[in-house]
Amino acid sequence: MTELTTVEQILERKSHPVTRDASAAPTHDMHETLLELEAKGEIILQKVPEPYIEFTTKYGRMKKIPIEHTWHHKSCGHCGHIPGYASSILWLHRQFNLDYHDPTDQTSCTGWNYYASAASNAVGQAAVMSRNFAAAYETGYFPMIHCGTSFGHYKEIREQLVHHKELRDDVRRILDKMGKPLVIPEEIVHYSEWVYAMREKFKERQLVDMSPITATVHPACHYYKIVAEDAIYDPEIYGGQRTAVVTALLEKLGINVADYSTWFDCCGFGFRHVLVQRDFTRSFAVLRKIETMKNEVNPDLTVTHDTGCVTTLDKSQFAAKAHDRKVGIPVLSDAQVAALAMGAHPFRVVQFHWHSTDWRPFLDKLGINWQKYWDEFQNDLELIRAGQKSGITWEDADKPVVY
Amino acid sequence: MPTTQENWNPGKAENRHPEVTYEEKERLFLEVKNDLRYEEFLYGCYECGICVSACPSARFYDFSPRVIAQAMAREDVERVYDILTEDIWNCAQCFSCVRCPRQNNPGGLVTILREVSIKNGLQESKDALQGYSRVIYKVMLKGNQVSPDMLQPDFFPDWGPWVQNFSQNMHVWRKAIPMDSIRGLTDVAWRTDRKTLLELYTIWFESGNMEIIKELDESLYDLLTEVMQEELEEG
Repeated sequence: MTELTTVEQILERKSHPVTRDASAAPTHDMHETLLELEAKGEIILQKVPEPYIEFTTKYGRMKKIPIEHTWHHKSCGHCGHIPGYASSILWLHRQFNLDYHDPTDQTSCTGWNYYASAASNAVGQAAVMSRNFAAAYETGYFPMIHCGTSFGHYKEIREQLVHHKELRDDVRRILDKMGKPLVIPEEIVHYSEWVYAMREKFKERQLVDMSPITATVHPACHYYKIVAEDAIYDPEIYGGQRTAVVTALLEKLGINVADYSTWFDCCGFGFRHVLVQRDFTRSFAVLRKIETMKNEVNPDLTVTHDTGCVTTLDKSQFAAKAHDRKVGIPVLSDAQVAALAMGAHPFRVVQFHWHSTDWRPFLDKLGINWQKYWDEFQNDLELIRAGQKSGITWEDADKPVVY
Repeated sequence: MPTTQENWNPGKAENRHPEVTYEEKERLFLEVKNDLRYEEFLYGCYECGICVSACPSARFYDFSPRVIAQAMAREDVERVYDILTEDIWNCAQCFSCVRCPRQNNPGGLVTILREVSIKNGLQESKDALQGYSRVIYKVMLKGNQVSPDMLQPDFFPDWGPWVQNFSQNMHVWRKAIPMDSIRGLTDVAWRTDRKTLLELYTIWFESGNMEIIKELDESLYDLLTEVMQEELEEG
């Protein structure tokens, strides 16, 4: 028998499903402490509503993912610069008549400000999170976090609140001034976990054949690197060595998911960098991510599940053309891909026109006559400009149209 | 100063900032060390460099999360001061470094170091955040950030002709979004209730955030304070 090289041995080991043992996890699970704090009356523990599905996290703890009755904690970057990301998430809920709430009593987690400028502190950040969670609790809906940074940030703050009574006391003092209780949800749930939970249902309603597409996946750092033990893993996806969200959805929809060597690298967003030191952001996004994907697997699309990643990977590609770099991979979120596969309008729902890297070859490959839908959308815009229509509503957007 | 055979110092760092007293550097170091998050962010350092291998900033800058963890663990006051004044703003805050086998969080240490630097008015931090006041203003006052009207061709020329196209169509494109909470809005990402904004202002005043802003940018502090106090008084 031929001896395996070191690299081959590693690849062979990683090809096996990994058995997880929650009791042997290197990190401490704070859920029991949450129950103790609830029993002492220190916090209100908001329970995950029925129906929910449980999935395995990194070290084996089962995480409950609610299917409906969710309070949609929106993302600054989605709503401001990639609105098709947020509207696709809600469109998917609407296709199954799932009960959800799109609140206006939500603030940003302010995490971008925190990670970029540090012009905040632990008490301020914990109070912002707790105010949002209390607002969700007051409505009876359970928080579903759209932004990967908010998700990671809130998990980190939850750890801090659990471990530091003085922080809880400070936050409670501030919440008292607005008549709000200190609420911690039983699970902190990212929308991509809901997409993962719903992938079978999406498959049942799929209208567009996605099999011509090869896609790469960029796992979002703040989803699975911050409080790493809370991200979802599945032995069927890379042997349980990488988070299962996004990849499992794409595979379910029939997309060929192609691996590339720099999958662990961040996108280069950098928070402060993307605004005031963008040479770093552009260089990293192109040299370590886009060009590597292009050289290794030449995908039709790259898919991710966080705000900054979509923006950085998409918008950084233009300037690189001046340096003859290999670019030209359209970038979408998992929710947008799922919505498109289920027939969502490419412009009224998925809002392709907010993406700058050319997406037309991708739609052409799917056999979608994007010009037809673009003309329809232009007609919408003309009516809006003429004052004959106030805007596009769900009534205009709900019906699947692409098949 | 590049490291050479002559100046290489395997022990603690030399004094590269003689204009600042050791006592002042030690005070700043202790402010970092006494932060409540510190004990969960640093457990010691194997010096294995796994954090560096994963760090995007280490590829593009003279930056090392390992050096940060080491300097803090060794209580190397001089080195920590160098890090405070030279390194912390290069971190991309991706937290790739938390794959550390000792469960350290160098990215988390950077956030504490940044907070201490700003709270103490270090000029290097003011310089690093030049041009950032608009973002701070927006999120603290409006409740969210990344508003569509930030996308101006002058500010994002490297994003290509798309920005120009967007800028010309922003108002109508924003109306062509089916979500009620964001449709038609150009100066904010989504609609936030007034009561919610007042609660947010209360958080900024009660958590000590405003003192941080005062150290960072006094004119921004004056502007924010005036607007928020007026709104809070109106109720």
